[in-house]
Amino acid sequence: MKTVLVTGGSRGIGKSISTTLAKSHHVVVGYVNSQDKAEEVVNEIAESGGSANSVEINISSKESVDRAFATIEGEYGSVDILINNAGITKDNILPRMKEEEWLDVIQTNLTGSFYTSQRAIKQMMKNKWGRIIFISSVVGISGNQGQSNYAASKAGLIGLAKSISKELGSRNITSNVIAPGYIETDMTSFLDDENKENIIEQLSIKRIGKPEDISNVVAFLCNDESEYITGQVIPVDGGLTT
Amino acid sequence: MELNEVFEKVKGLFVEDLGIDESKVTMEAKLEEDLEIDSLGIVEVVMAFEDEFEIEIDDDELADVSTVGQAVNLLHSKI
Repeated sequence: MKTVLVTGGSRGIGKSISTTLAKSHHVVVGYVNSQDKAEEVVNEIAESGGSANSVEINISSKESVDRAFATIEGEYGSVDILINNAGITKDNILPRMKEEEWLDVIQTNLTGSFYTSQRAIKQMMKNKWGRIIFISSVVGISGNQGQSNYAASKAGLIGLAKSISKELGSRNITSNVIAPGYIETDMTSFLDDENKENIIEQLSIKRIGKPEDISNVVAFLCNDESEYITGQVIPVDGGLTT
Repeated sequence: MELNEVFEKVKGLFVEDLGIDESKVTMEAKLEEDLEIDSLGIVEVVMAFEDEFEIEIDDDELADVSTVGQAVNLLHSKI
């Protein structure tokens, strides 16, 4: 059984990834502030016969990342599959954006995934096997009003993922990006019914996405069956970016 | 630690971590040409050395290392 670390694994898309992957792997649910929610996810997985535990990991801090990996490696040997899912938004239009809003989002979403990925590949290189999946966003491909910081961070993940795929492909480590469109989570809960109808009009599949739409693709990319796919960006967005 | 002990440890890492034929690992062997270690492989060896000997090796110290003997001498000077 392989060990998966899902950063931000207790809520939204991350929660769905945790529960889906727990069907065939040991899942470590990473959390920052939501320990209660993480424990709920761990219990839910245990009740359906899976194996999971939780670990505190604040990806914006290298020390916190190192500590979390040391804990996981102490108990399970290595992180075989890393899901870089954790992320934050601090939306503002560019003329009004504060430097702090820019730096916070880049530090967590982009630099945080650099910390986790750099740490994870140490063991993956030794094992000569690894999977890294980045949860980016269609916003990283298309841009979005009021989200220049978030879009830049999510576009940055694409460059990081593609570079990892080239550096470490010879060690059977694949690195891919999933770019979700509009998915029903806390992060999109600000959308009212009218917003949603406007969004649905732009989609080929006439509904807002579900977290499972993402986690099913993540599960496929974690399997040996997908070993020839690397350095790719896979939009899962109901046809928004076609 | 004696130079010879360092060499034996280095040889062990090459053989175990990289699956290199033990008889090929001599002080004179060239890492890339004789042992067919690629640039990523050298990084892996360095990371293994750092863990094994609890030292840190800078990138510029590595620039001059192209044979097993040079690696052994560098490590010997740092332990």
